[in-house]
Formats: sequence, C-alpha cells, structure tokens
Amino acid sequence: MSEAITPEVFNHLVELAALALDPQEAEYVRKQLNNQLKAIHELEAIPLEGDIAATSHGVPYTAAISPAPREDVWLPYPDPKGILAQAPDTSDSYIVVPDIPHTTLE
Amino acid sequence: MELSDLSAHELALYLRQRRISAVEILDACLKRIEAVDGRPGTLDGGPPTPEDEQKVHAFITLTPERARAQAEAVDRKIAAGEDPGPLAGVPFTVKDIFCVEGTPSTAASRILANFRAPYTATPVARMEAAGAVMLGKVNLDEFTYGSSNESSAFQPSPRNPWKLDRVPGGSSGGSTASVAAGEAPLSIGTDTAGSIRQPAAFCGVVGMKPTYGRVSRYGLIAFASSLDCPGPVARNITDAALMMNAIAGADPHDSTAATVPVPDYLAALEQGVKGLRIGLSPDYFRITYPNLQNGTFETQPLPREIEESVRRAADLLKAMGAEIVEGVPMPNTRFGIPAYFVISRVEAASNLHRFDGVKYGYRTPEPMTDLRAMYRHSRGQGFGPQPKLRILMGMYVSAAQYSEQYYNRALRVRTLIRQDFDRAFDPQGPYRLNALLTPTTPTTAFKMAALYGDSVLMQYADQLTVPANHAGVPGVSLPAGLDGEGLPIGIQLLGPDYSEDVLLRIGRAYEEATETEPWRRIRPEAMASFDER
Repeated sequence: MSEAITPEVFNHLVELAALALDPQEAEYVRKQLNNQLKAIHELEAIPLEGDIAATSHGVPYTAAISPAPREDVWLPYPDPKGILAQAPDTSDSYIVVPDIPHTTLE
Repeated sequence: MELSDLSAHELALYLRQRRISAVEILDACLKRIEAVDGRPGTLDGGPPTPEDEQKVHAFITLTPERARAQAEAVDRKIAAGEDPGPLAGVPFTVKDIFCVEGTPSTAASRILANFRAPYTATPVARMEAAGAVMLGKVNLDEFTYGSSNESSAFQPSPRNPWKLDRVPGGSSGGSTASVAAGEAPLSIGTDTAGSIRQPAAFCGVVGMKPTYGRVSRYGLIAFASSLDCPGPVARNITDAALMMNAIAGADPHDSTAATVPVPDYLAALEQGVKGLRIGLSPDYFRITYPNLQNGTFETQPLPREIEESVRRAADLLKAMGAEIVEGVPMPNTRFGIPAYFVISRVEAASNLHRFDGVKYGYRTPEPMTDLRAMYRHSRGQGFGPQPKLRILMGMYVSAAQYSEQYYNRALRVRTLIRQDFDRAFDPQGPYRLNALLTPTTPTTAFKMAALYGDSVLMQYADQLTVPANHAGVPGVSLPAGLDGEGLPIGIQLLGPDYSEDVLLRIGRAYEEATETEPWRRIRPEAMASFDER
C-alpha cells in the first residue's frame, strides 16, 4: 500500500499546523500517521445509505435540556496582573511578541 | 486497617460521628503517598531508576498545605456544629487536565508546565464545596492522548499498583493508580474514548463515564469537545455515587451541561436488579484491528478469562432477579476506533491551536525573527509526539479535499454507532435493555513499554469503551476479579442517556454478590512494602 502522506504532504501539514519537528521525530510521526490512515480506511467499507445524517454530538441536544444563554455580564477578573505575569514576555502591561509578518494583498 | 484504606462513604460517616478528624484522614493519606508514590513526575525526569520501578508515581503536584487548610476548615465546621458537606474531609486527587486556581495545571505537557490556572474547574469546585479535600494533581498521558500514561512529559510516569512493571492504563492513569494504591479514596478523571474506564479496569477500581453533558466541562483543558466527559474514580460503587451527587448537574459556565434533573445517586443503590433487562452482545466479545503489513483487518476473540468474568457477572445478576438478554447486535462497535481516529483528531487540532507561546505557557527561549517562527518553534518544542500526531492527522482529514472522505464519513458512522445503542435500549424495541454488560478492555494491564510508540495498537485498547463516547451514553467499569497473573479484570455496564443511577444500582448488586470472594481481599503489590511496616 503506497503512503498517502508523502514527505511533501507531511511538510505542508507541518507548516499549516505551525509546528517544527526534527528529522527523527518527523520520520516517526509521518510513519504513524500513515499507519493510522490504514485503520481509518476501514470506514470506507461501511455502506452508508443516503439518509444517514452526520452526528456531531452523541446525545440529542434539545432545547428542553439546554440551558438558556446566560446574561452577558462583564465581570472584571480580580487579578489582571496575575494573568499578565503568565505571559512569556511583557512590557508596560502589553504582551510582547516578535515582529508580525505582513503580506500585501493584491 | 489504615484510614487511607477506608472508603469515602465510611470516612465521611466516621467524620460526622466525630470518631476521626479531617486532619487525621489527611495525614493518613499523606503517609501512604510518602510510602508508595516515590518522586513525582517532572519535566526531563529522566529514565526510571531501579528505585523508581518500585513506586507508583501517581502525582505531578502534591498540595499538602492547601489540603491541610481545607481539612482544618472542615474540622472547625464540625466543632462549630455546622454542616461540613456530604464529602467533608474526604481526600481526592485531580487529573492534571483540570484547572485548579493557583496550582500548576500542566496537562502533562511541556507547553503548559509553567501554567498556573487562574480559576477552578466546576467539577473540582463542586467537590470542594461538598467538603472534599484536594491532595494534588495527578499524572496523565500528555493532553490525555494515550492509554498507558507513558506519553506524559512528566516522568517517571505512573505505574500500576497491582504490578509495578505494568501500565496503569490511561489517560486517567494517575487517578486510578492513586485510588488503587490507597493514596486517596476518590479521584476526578476524564473519559474521551475510555480514559476513565480503561485505567479503572487495569487498576481494579470503579470508573464512571457519565452521559455527555451530565458533568460540566468548564475548566477542563479540552481534547475532543464533543466526546470529553469528566467523571469519578473510586474504590467502590457507593463512593462513585457519592461523588456523582457532588459533581453532576447544569452549569451556567458550560452551555453543553444539560439541565436534566440530577437524581440522588445513593437513593436507589440498594434496590437490586430484579426486573432489569441486561444485555450481552457478541460484538463486545471480540476485537477487530488492522494488520499494518497487509492492510487487512483481523478479528480475534477476547482472552477467555475476560469473557468468563462477564458471563459470570451475568449469571450472578440473573440469580438476583435480572433478565439476561443474549445476542444483542452492536454491529458498529468495530468502527468506533477508525471513526475516533478522525473525529477526535479534528477536534484536538482545533483545540490545540490556542497553545502558541504568546499569552501563557511555553515559549521557545531562542530569539525568533518573526511571530510565525516563534509559533512553530514554541509548539514544536512544547508539544510531545502525541499532540503533534493528533494535530497533523486532524488537519489532514479535515482538509477541504479529504473532509467528505474522512471527517463527514466518520460523523455518519458515529450515527450508526448511536443507532446500535438506541435499538438496544429502545423501550418499545426488540431488546428493551436497561443496560448492556460487556468487558471493559480487550486485555488486562500490559507491560510498560510494550505498546508505547505504536499509536495504532495503543488506540485499539479503547475499542470496547469508545462506542459509548461516540454515542454519548453513560458507562461504568467495575472490578470483577483477577486474571492468572494477578491483574485486575474490569467489566463494563453501558446504559441509556442519563441512566447513571441504574448502572450504579446494577454495579452495587454485583458488588454485593461478590463481596465475600477471596480476590476482594487481595491487596495491590505497591502496598506490600507499606503493609510490612
């Protein structure tokens, strides 16, 4: 069986996923992805008649058992400095990040 | 018998009777932890030493000062004649996938190793409001992604208290190991494909996955949002019921937490099984998995001892008045894992995009020229291989050109799995079951390192538990004896939506029927050194 996730497809996925992998890890992960796809291919053999709808949520989620949306009330967090202190890099209450690359849309 | 070996309901009772104090209970549990747990999991913890191999290693973070303050508050309430709550003084551990204000909340991942939660998850807050005393945060597979706990970035990973060269299961392996080893009578875990029930079976404890929406997910670091269910880990059914009383119910912070009224789970526990219809399905007595060499699928029967445990439980329940219904078809059980490989990955990829090294968590220490490079390197260094696998697979199968073939197809297969349960539990249908009785796992606990690295075989450890997650229905695993190697065997009860009370009632009846059996007196290996003192 040929590999569906070739090195080229894999590298594209890694870029989209905003990940960086060393070569050894990349080899392991790509092999495992292809193995998982073999298991996933079992789904293709299942006869699915036209009227089988997709289930995105196992338990029927009806209005009768759903809470009403709560009121949109602004509640200030008591310790904003504590939240900011978790940021890896801050300056004057701003979170600092490297330059944001810009692309000019044509 | 030590205080740490008593059940939660016994401890709560003795405390109210003022026979013991909350601080005494806490000290007993801390003493047990000191004796059996060994060093906690840490980042870059290195390979296990020979000494590590004799310990349980359930914890990542022990919070004894916090626990002592809670225990003293309980004792003060009792001294003042106030109601200390139904779980007053009962220690519990928390899977480190829940946020608890002021504690490291790591998801067992480098990317969150330095994260301190700014708020507390609803199920944990409800335990504490009921008077329970949190001992600390226990280990898990990284972001819950695994069935053995070996993928944790915090090593040494937990070991099975029954045999320390075996895995505790996963991903709630720290929870089940801590309860089995007598470190705490209760723990709160999560179950996305079997992550409470599978390790409960491996560690010889009770583990319940409630109906999806029965317990709030607020404050749970999300894996697959349509599948994740917080639930109890306990040493017996009564304790699981006690814990369900505390944690179940609607929550204004989680719009998926259903407003269905919560029954008193203790009320009907002793009502027996007379008149209940309990099904057995041939589809739960075999396992189908892919042969990666030739691309075919192989079906094998389960080990004899596991099937016999289920059939014996059916006989015992029949003798107590239940009606056993044989031959219930659940034909889509085998598709649970392939569908899960797709659905859970898509949801995981979406959930994991928030970890980017900007606002909290790990950021690469290397200087980066731009934001995208910082994302890539922070995520590349912060995530272990299991999260990476899930992100990449999720992106692949949901890509525009593949989503019909994979994601949409998997969601329709999920419908078929739900229909299996609807047919079995339909009160007007041919089977009219109150519950389905199955094995929990295809094997007992496997050896450390036996499967880790093979992400396909590891996932198939969940084949008998994952259908309930797809369908959203509740399930409970309970101990049903030991195999020839002395390892716990788990049996599983699955029921219709919101039927946790019935499942617990059946489980309690089974406990009563087997109460005097010799295997219930056998203690896990990890306690041997403690018992010898």
